[in-house]
Amino acid sequence: MNCSPAHGLTRPIRFFAGMGRKYGVEWWILCTGATVILAIILMAIFSPVIAPFDPYLQDAGPQLAPPGAIHLMGTDNLQRDVWSRIVFGSQTILLISVLAAIISSFFGILLGLISGYAGGVVDRSLSLVMDAVYVFPGLILAIALAAMFGPGVLNITFAVAVIYIPTYFRLVRGQTLAIKQELYVEAARAIGATSFTILSRYIFPNVIATTVVVFTLNVADAIMIEAALTYLGLGLPPSIVDWGMDLAMGKKYLPSGVWWLVTFPGMMISLLALGFTMLGEGLAEILNPRLLER
Amino acid sequence: MRNLFRYIISRTLMTIPMVLILLTVIFVVLRLMPGDPVSAMLGGHAPEKVIEQKREQLGLNRPMHIQYADYLWKICHLDLGESMVLQQEVTETITEKLPATIELTFFGMLITLVLGIFLGAYAADKRRTMRDSAIRLYGIVVYCIPVYWLGLMLQLVFGIWLDWLPIAGRTGPRIFPSDFERTGFYLLDTLLMRDWSSFGDVLIHLVLPAFTLGLTLSGIFVRLTRANMLDVLKADYILAAESRGIDHGKVVYGHALKNAFIPILTMMGLQVALLMAGAILTESTFSWPGMGRLLLERIYLRDYPTIQGVIIVFALLVAFISLLVDIIYAVVDPRIRY
Amino acid sequence: MNPGDTILKIQDLHVEFPINIGTVRAVQGVNLELKKGEVMGLVGESGCGKSTLGFSILRLLRPPGRIAGGSIVYRGQDIVKMGRKDLLALRGSKIAMIFQDPLTSLNPLCSIGEHFVETLTTHERSIGRREALERSGKMLESLGIACDRLREYPHQMSGGMRQRIMIGLALIMNPDLLIADEPTTALDVVVEAQFLDLLGDLKNRFNLTIILITHNLGNVAQLADRITVMYGGAMAEVAPAGSLFDRPLHPYTRGLLASIPNIKLDQPKLMTMPGSPPDLVNPPGGCVFHPRCPLSIDLCPTQRPPVFSLDGHLVSCWLYRDSS
Repeated sequence: MNCSPAHGLTRPIRFFAGMGRKYGVEWWILCTGATVILAIILMAIFSPVIAPFDPYLQDAGPQLAPPGAIHLMGTDNLQRDVWSRIVFGSQTILLISVLAAIISSFFGILLGLISGYAGGVVDRSLSLVMDAVYVFPGLILAIALAAMFGPGVLNITFAVAVIYIPTYFRLVRGQTLAIKQELYVEAARAIGATSFTILSRYIFPNVIATTVVVFTLNVADAIMIEAALTYLGLGLPPSIVDWGMDLAMGKKYLPSGVWWLVTFPGMMISLLALGFTMLGEGLAEILNPRLLER
Repeated sequence: MRNLFRYIISRTLMTIPMVLILLTVIFVVLRLMPGDPVSAMLGGHAPEKVIEQKREQLGLNRPMHIQYADYLWKICHLDLGESMVLQQEVTETITEKLPATIELTFFGMLITLVLGIFLGAYAADKRRTMRDSAIRLYGIVVYCIPVYWLGLMLQLVFGIWLDWLPIAGRTGPRIFPSDFERTGFYLLDTLLMRDWSSFGDVLIHLVLPAFTLGLTLSGIFVRLTRANMLDVLKADYILAAESRGIDHGKVVYGHALKNAFIPILTMMGLQVALLMAGAILTESTFSWPGMGRLLLERIYLRDYPTIQGVIIVFALLVAFISLLVDIIYAVVDPRIRY
Repeated sequence: MNPGDTILKIQDLHVEFPINIGTVRAVQGVNLELKKGEVMGLVGESGCGKSTLGFSILRLLRPPGRIAGGSIVYRGQDIVKMGRKDLLALRGSKIAMIFQDPLTSLNPLCSIGEHFVETLTTHERSIGRREALERSGKMLESLGIACDRLREYPHQMSGGMRQRIMIGLALIMNPDLLIADEPTTALDVVVEAQFLDLLGDLKNRFNLTIILITHNLGNVAQLADRITVMYGGAMAEVAPAGSLFDRPLHPYTRGLLASIPNIKLDQPKLMTMPGSPPDLVNPPGGCVFHPRCPLSIDLCPTQRPPVFSLDGHLVSCWLYRDSS
């Protein structure tokens, strides 16, 4: 039996290199994105282990200390450790943006399938509303919703989720319309398949591949919207650690040259969004090269 | 020309249902969603009697369909109600703030278009080279940098470390806008008054916010332009033009870009949403006294009529710009007119 | 230059397209000589490199395609080594080209007039817009199109009309060589016949030399003086048109001719050629055609055949190694 560790490693290496040759740059974009996401997910899961300080602890060090050996990313005005807040903040943003994308994809796909399959008045009225919401600036809608709902993790999640429903709706509806005309769907109908069977067995599986790409890009967007809302002071109570809120707080001290309070949270938001965008772009090129060009 | 005119009329009429739906969506979001605006406005702990009074004053205790009809009726008369915090017509407040936002978005868009379209076209022409990859990477990275963070970083570098540019407001402390204000577009106003020192001041205040907005959005335009240019460059008429001895640069940046511009234009209508979202965040970062800052200020003050008014104006702007885009579309593309 | 003088001489031309999985060798060592005033038919199945050869004459290969070796000498100048300025002056003015699909070969956003004006002003700096339009109008009328259609856009014209406009654009500078890349593929049969008549007519009127690239042997039979048959990026056979049809030498040419339906012959079944076109990334060794050749001998898979000259035919096949 040849079980040396080197032998165990060659197979994955060969797989990665093979994919790299097959798809070129796109494969490496995908891998980079996945690595970034994985790192931040690990950071969120093992926050208590990774963070050297309690993110709420108010006398972790001197006030507004620049980055150094003890405080990797410095301290804020309330003497809290910025790096620890970054580590714990990853939980908030990941939870909200991924949950929001799940909620909006659920409703968007469902409504899109129904609208595209049913046609007629249902389709026309749903499409009109969805199109109107689609062209309306999502952030403004989210701001209005977040203001109406008040602060809270679930509230901000819903506020972010609502604005992406039309994206999924339009995508799924269009594909449903096309697939509905396919011969195999006609055939299924001819042998007496119910609408539910046709939707769940024939149309849904065909739609899901492209939805995966849109989902990934949607999470990237949701990350930036979530952070935007909290940056504007909406959506979350101050008792929660969040990158957007830290950014807003750091903004106050920027004119006095305190750069570390804005640089690090913003960098993390960009990095996380970049991770999901790269994953999405890579997937799109590999699954369906024409998807993003529309 | 007759055809073009007829197209513009019919396209304008088609805007009406869209506006109506947008207004309805806003109505639904602000009135039917869980959460009572009045108690939210009064802080949630106000006595029952005060809440009731306020509801009456705002007409919120009437049946929904009457409220809805009243809401539309008033908008038709450009009446957005009166602020609850300040004794001021909402329309008036908005006309005061709107030019600032338009000035910012106009220059932001200009920077985006120039940068995005040029870089995208260049990348498509040089496809599969290092330069192409670098530009594509720029597009992806820039897209992922939140506009508010980019604003803060530019403030840090150019405003604080280098101290070249101001980081807040539309004018410096020694400039009084009332001296030259006419239209509210300060750059235009100072130009009309030939007030050069104020013009310079207004201009340097515009640089950072406009670049922040423009750079962030340019990422998307790089990608759109590149993708569309790649399609167009494959077209036979490009090869045909080159076969007639027309210079490559002229073919790429003339023939091809003109054709690629049509789908880009269609997409531009959709990017308006991003532009406005970006403007709100940029205004907040740069203390730019426009619509976005107004909206946020009034949200903190819970000034319900003003919030509604601002959102309505944004909706109207969206509808207007998409109309404008379609008209430009018809002017550029002869196939639409006939 | 007198009729019969060599106008274009292609020697050992190689064209490559580097792609992810290797290099496509689209043209591999083609030699071709063109005489002033003749019509040369260039035939072969799709992917045989005939269009690529046509495009490389004007160096219009799309990236990443490139000329990897050889020379294309036009009136004493090597186009392969030509500078950018000279090349631009050559394109459209001395050597013109028309394309497969007239529907997509005109810029949809430019009027017909703009196309002409642009071409004319590119080559003749001094010409005014007015004069350019006047000359274009005359050209259109000579092609049977009313000159007031200059103001119209491509989408307002029929396919046949657009093809004639393409011709007008190609001929407006009075070129002496016209490369026609599958010019009739996108047209319906009636228009196709009219178009070929027109081409023959124009050839005499403008004193043209034509390279007619097509996969339709019927087209070349009607127009061409000589025919070059290409296979797998290489030249298989060159022969005068009549002689090629009567007495094809190369096994591939024979297969090609046998696969044309002929109502005069009582064929029980249409001949088809077994196998598929070669993979040009990893072309078969020796003669490219040998895996499909019914007459292949032991020399074929190992050595590439040189060109043998026989009864006015040039043929690249080992079967004729003793004949010349």
